[in-house]
Amino acid sequence: MGQYIIRRLLQAVLVVFGVVTAVFFLLQLTGDPVRLMVGEGAAEEDIVNIRHQLGLDRPLPERYVTFLAAAARGDFGQSVRQGGRPAMEIVLDRYPATLRLTLLALCLSVVLALVFGLISAIRRYSAVDNVVMLLALFGQSMPNFWLGIMLILIFAVQFGWLPSQGFGEGNIKYLLLPTLTLAAPGLARLTRLVRSGMLEVLGQDYVRTARAKGLRESGVILRHALKNAAIPLVTIVGLDLGALLGGAVVTEQIFAWPGVGLEVVLAINGRDFPVVQAAVFVVATSFVLINLVVDILYTWLDPRVRLT
Amino acid sequence: MSELTIERSPYVLHSGWLARPGARQQAWRTLRRSRLGLAGLVILATIATTALAAPWLAPHDPYQGSLTVSRQCPALTVCPNLGGSFARTGPTTGTTEYVLGTDVNGRDILSRIIYAARISLLVGVFAAAIGGSLGVLAGLLSGYYGGALDAVITRVADVQLAFPFILLAIVVVAVLGAGLVNVILVLGIGSWVPYARIVRGQVLSARNQEYVIAARMIGARDPVILFRHLLPNVITPAIIIATFGIAAAIIGEATLSYLGVGIQPPTPTWGNMLADGRAYVASAWWLATFPGLAIMVTVLSINMIGDWLRDFLDPRLRHIG
Repeated sequence: MGQYIIRRLLQAVLVVFGVVTAVFFLLQLTGDPVRLMVGEGAAEEDIVNIRHQLGLDRPLPERYVTFLAAAARGDFGQSVRQGGRPAMEIVLDRYPATLRLTLLALCLSVVLALVFGLISAIRRYSAVDNVVMLLALFGQSMPNFWLGIMLILIFAVQFGWLPSQGFGEGNIKYLLLPTLTLAAPGLARLTRLVRSGMLEVLGQDYVRTARAKGLRESGVILRHALKNAAIPLVTIVGLDLGALLGGAVVTEQIFAWPGVGLEVVLAINGRDFPVVQAAVFVVATSFVLINLVVDILYTWLDPRVRLT
Repeated sequence: MSELTIERSPYVLHSGWLARPGARQQAWRTLRRSRLGLAGLVILATIATTALAAPWLAPHDPYQGSLTVSRQCPALTVCPNLGGSFARTGPTTGTTEYVLGTDVNGRDILSRIIYAARISLLVGVFAAAIGGSLGVLAGLLSGYYGGALDAVITRVADVQLAFPFILLAIVVVAVLGAGLVNVILVLGIGSWVPYARIVRGQVLSARNQEYVIAARMIGARDPVILFRHLLPNVITPAIIIATFGIAAAIIGEATLSYLGVGIQPPTPTWGNMLADGRAYVASAWWLATFPGLAIMVTVLSINMIGDWLRDFLDPRLRHIG
């Protein structure tokens, strides 16, 4: 068990290292950052000077090592747009808003998927099941930014019940539509998986045994069936978080939600690549860390994994 | 991180479905039984035909509009009152001239949706083809040769999965420059991982089967073993992933274009039409509604086909899609 966790940790470190490397080479694709900074018509001499100051006239391997060393300290350079503020600081400022939106959406989709999936599985082929499955199919096929716009159209424009954009000092009203928008695709997918996972488990011998020894149906479903059906879902939820973090970029854009995603799109449009790098690094690293936790939880849920 | 799932799901190998006698009849039989699959096929065929015949079917020029009919509402609806400097000059109820209304530049929404279908289907099919080819190749090599090659491919896959796909696509397209070819390449190359993982798993369980050993013993070279013997036996899940991959690429393109880093105006795509719609959501509901419906119906039909294909080819793969 300890050995497995250590191996998994090393693997995560390796992946984060790969992430930093990928982020570095991403910058190399952008062309000459100095020309972006100084704009058109700058003197050639100035460009050479700035390039020297930033160490950009050094050979690639040397710059890579310098970048690694700086990244290890969380230093991704300074924002081009925001008067030399550290890029990392800007991203970390925006991070809590994204985390809040993403985690809330995750909770919403897991809880609702369990409820709907369970009902669907228990009442298989009933009207409820058909409706839930049809909705799930639609939910999976809907681009979430369109869902977001439609929700704005209905709840903000038509009825005026909820605000269509902004953070609103943490007022829950501002959180409702973005959360629903972000949660929808994952919810649809997870509902189908809970249902099919439950159906598979309900046909197993140990479920028949549990019923045969006279347990109440709710005990059979929740204690015996759901627990086993949930095991593969844990990994899927961890991986879905990647989709959620990606979806947050778009969702934040629609609702002007002041998170990392909104900042990334602004930074891209402003050719502010240090901020883009820092944001991509923070998001990817969160994903790796959360999946590390998920995998460790997994060994506790499912002892069979420890042996492999 | 998710390699656990693959190693824990021992897919039983079955003979390549393409080679099985009567496979086509069986496909047809299950298709007729799966009403959703059949409906998906019919809808997708209709959309594809419409896209191909766009110049004959579109009632108006998708690029040319007239400001005198700016933001005219769809047929059978009453136009909302638009005040201020953007006041509408056209009629106040929708006309059948513009069935789905017009955009800010007075261009016909229906015609633009029809032309945009071409882009979406093109991106979907090519991106899935590129991602599928790369992923299947990587999975074959990784599973067959193992060792250092396998380790490298697996690590690269892990690193790529650490980036939310759409975030990576946004950044790369923004850096390389927007445009159809770059969008296809990024969405295609970026989607290789699921194919590689599942094919690798399949190859691992297949490479010590009698037919592979027999092929090796009669002196077949590696490429022959890989592509003639292994490939047909491990391709099934890749086909299923590719179906859902087309749907994912269509949504991916729409997302990139919505954010303004994908295919640029004036070329109509469902994504950049939606971006217009978001800007005018308070005054013209039809701008965002119809392109989004087009995406949903297209993706829905592909997902329905995917569900059927999976249930027909290999119900054990239900976690895909």
